[in-house]
Amino acid sequence: MISLSRTWAVMAKEFIQLTRDRLTYAMILLLPIVQLLLFGYAINDDPRSLPTAVLVQDNGAFSRSILTALDNSGYFEITLQARSQAELDRALARGEVQFAVMIPADFTNRVVRGDRAQILVEADASDPSATSGAVAAIASLPQQALVRELTGPLANRAPGTQPFEVVVQRRYNPEAITAYNIVPGLLGVILSMTLVMMTSLGMARERERGTMESLLATPVRPLEVMVGKLTPYVLVGLTQATVILVMARLLFHVPMSGGWIALGLGLMLFIIGSLALGFLISTVARTQLQAMQMSFFYMLPSILLSGFMFPFRGMPEWAQIIGTAIPVTHFLRVVRGSLLKGVGIENAGPSLFALALFVLVVGTLAMLRYRTTLD
Amino acid sequence: MSDAPDLVIDVRGLNKSFGALHAVKDFGIQVARGRICGFLGPNGAGKTTTLRMLCGLLTPDSGEGSVLGFDVMKQAREIKQRVGYMTQKFSLYEDLTIEQNLTFAARVHDLDRRKERVQAALERLGLVERRAQLAGNLSGGWKQRLALAVATLHEPDLLLLDEPTAGVDPEARRTFWDEIHAMSAEGMTVLVSTHYMDEAERCHEIAYIVGGRTLARGTADEVVDASGLITFHAEGPGADRLAAELRTKPGVEMAAPFGTVLHVSGRDRTALEAAIAPYRKPPLEWEETRPTLEDVFIQLIHDLEAEKRRAA
Ligand SMILES: Nc1ncnc2c1ncn2[C@@H]1O[C@H](COP(=O)(O)OP(=O)(O)O)[C@@H](O)[C@H]1O
Ligand SMILES: [Mg+2]
Repeated sequence: MISLSRTWAVMAKEFIQLTRDRLTYAMILLLPIVQLLLFGYAINDDPRSLPTAVLVQDNGAFSRSILTALDNSGYFEITLQARSQAELDRALARGEVQFAVMIPADFTNRVVRGDRAQILVEADASDPSATSGAVAAIASLPQQALVRELTGPLANRAPGTQPFEVVVQRRYNPEAITAYNIVPGLLGVILSMTLVMMTSLGMARERERGTMESLLATPVRPLEVMVGKLTPYVLVGLTQATVILVMARLLFHVPMSGGWIALGLGLMLFIIGSLALGFLISTVARTQLQAMQMSFFYMLPSILLSGFMFPFRGMPEWAQIIGTAIPVTHFLRVVRGSLLKGVGIENAGPSLFALALFVLVVGTLAMLRYRTTLD
Repeated sequence: MSDAPDLVIDVRGLNKSFGALHAVKDFGIQVARGRICGFLGPNGAGKTTTLRMLCGLLTPDSGEGSVLGFDVMKQAREIKQRVGYMTQKFSLYEDLTIEQNLTFAARVHDLDRRKERVQAALERLGLVERRAQLAGNLSGGWKQRLALAVATLHEPDLLLLDEPTAGVDPEARRTFWDEIHAMSAEGMTVLVSTHYMDEAERCHEIAYIVGGRTLARGTADEVVDASGLITFHAEGPGADRLAAELRTKPGVEMAAPFGTVLHVSGRDRTALEAAIAPYRKPPLEWEETRPTLEDVFIQLIHDLEAEKRRAA
C-alpha cells in the first residue's frame, strides 16, 4: 500500500532541498520576469488557410460567389457550414475556427437593390498575427467577389460605389495587441521551462550524488517517490503563474475576462503534466547533463510548435500534428480562451481533456520506467 | 525455513554480470543469526555487488536462496524493510541536517515514536547539540557514525556495511567495531566488507573474494588451516631485502616483507626448508610461525594468477 509517511518523507526532504538552493529562487522568480519583459514585442507572420465557419442565410447567387472568393483568397478554408448563429458563435468561442462569416437572408436582394448590403465577419483576434493578413484580404472582397455578376445584369449600377459592405468584428482582442497574445503564451512556456527542467534533474541528481543508493535501499515505492518529489514543485508552478498573471495585468493590461475555473483546472493539469514529464525524463537520464539536454529537446517544439511563436493554424500540417501532442498547445488554448474570451469550462473541455490525457499517459510511463533497483 | 531456522542468509549460486564483465560468480554463503561475517578482497573483487544483491538493490542474474526468510530473487521489497545498508560512499543527503536525515529514515521506514527514536539516536551519537548542522559539513568519522545510525534506526535484523571504516582513524575504527559487536550481541546479523586485516580478525567468519570468486570461507582459523601453508619469519638486518631473491627458489610460493620482517611461505615443508637453508644463519633470526590471514590471502591470489597463466 501507498504510505503517507513515506510519501511525506520524500516530500519534506525535497522541500528542504528546494528551499536551500539559492538558484531555485532565481529560477522561480527571475525567469518569468525577465522573459515577460523580453517577449514584450510582436512576432508576426502571414498564415493562410485559416479555418472558417460560415452561416449562409441567403441562397442567392451572390452568396456562392462570395464563398468562392473567400476560398480563392487563400486565407480562408471553410471548415464548418453552421446552421444557426449559436453554432457559429460556439465554433469561434472554442477556437475551432479563426473566423465566422455570416451572410444575412436578404443579402442578394439588397445587392440588387443597392440597399446597403452587408456581410458580417467575426475574427478571433486573440492571436492578432494570425488574423491580420486575412482581415486585410476581406477588405478587398467587395471589389473582387462580384466582378463577373456586376458586369452583367447589374452593370447599370453607379460606378465607384461598393456593391456591398463587409463588417469585420475583431473579437476577444479588438485592438490586435500582440502582448495580449504573447503574455498568456509565456505563462505556458515559462512554466514548462521551469517545471520540466527542475524535476528532470531530480533522480539524476540523486544518482550523481550517490544518494540514490540509500533511497533505493529503503522500502519506498515508486509512486511515493514521484508524488513526494513533485508536490513541492506544484507550489513553485502556482507561484510563477501568480507572478506572471499579476505582471500581465499590471504591465500589459491583459484583459482577464473570467473563465477562472477553466484557467485553474488547466493550470493544475498543465503543472502536473509538466512535472510528470520532468520525472519521466529523470528516470531516463543517467546524468544531470543528459536531463538538461532532454528538457531542451522538449522545450524547442513547445516554443515553436505550440502556437506561442507562430500561429498554430498557420503551421504546416505535420507541425500541427506534433503541436497537438504537446501540452503547451492545449494549455495556451485554455489560457487564451479564459483570459481573452472568458470561455467557460464547457468550451475549454477538449483542451482540458487533452491535458488530462497527457498527465495520465506520461505519469504511467514514468511509473513503468522507475526502477527500484540499481540494475 | 524448516531446514535451518537460524540462517539469516542462505544463498547459493548467485551470479551477476555487467555487460561482458562477470562481476560475481557462483556466490554462496550461509550466515547464522547474530554472526558478524567479513568480506575481504581487493578492489573490484565484487564485494559491493554481492552486498547489493543481498539487500535487494541488484537482482541477481541467477541463483537461489533466502535473506531473512525472503526469496533473494523475488522479494526485494520485503528484504529492504528489514535490512540496514550502509553504502561504501557516503550517501545521505548532505544538504539536509543531521536530524533531518534521521527523520527522513524514520519516516521512510514508517516507524512509530519517530521523535523519540531520532532523539535517542542523536543522544547515542553524541550529536544532540549539533543536530541542526548539515550532514555534508561533518568530518569523515562522524559521517560514518551518522550513516550507521541512519542504517540502524529501524532496528534491522540484518546489517550490511560496505567498507564502513575506510579512511577513518584507528580510534574511531575501534569505537565503530565495539558498536557493531554490541549490536551483534543483541542478535543483529552483520555483513561487513573491509580491507583491514585486524577487522577481519574481529569477524566471526570471513569470505575472501577475488575477481567475483569466493576463494576462502570460514572462521579466520579455518581459513588459515585450510590453506595448508607453512610460514617462516626472518628478522635481522637486510631481511626484508631478500624477498625478490627467495621468491625464485623452488618451494617458496610467497616471500613478502612486512616492515623489517620477511614472511616466507610454501606448502611443501621439505622444499621450503631447503630453499631457506642457505639464509638460515646470523645475523638473521628465523622462526616458524602460524601464517597470518594476509599470508593466506597473498597465497590465494598467487594461486589464482598461476592458474590463469596455465589456462592461457
Ligand atoms: N553498475 C555497474 N556497471 C558496470 N560495472 C560495474 C557496476 N558495478 C560494479 N561494476 C564492476 O564490477 C566489478 C566489481 O565491483 P564491486 O562489486 O564494486 O567490487 P568491490 O566492491 O569489491 O570493489 C568491478 O570491476 C566494477 O567495475
Ligand atoms: Mg566496493
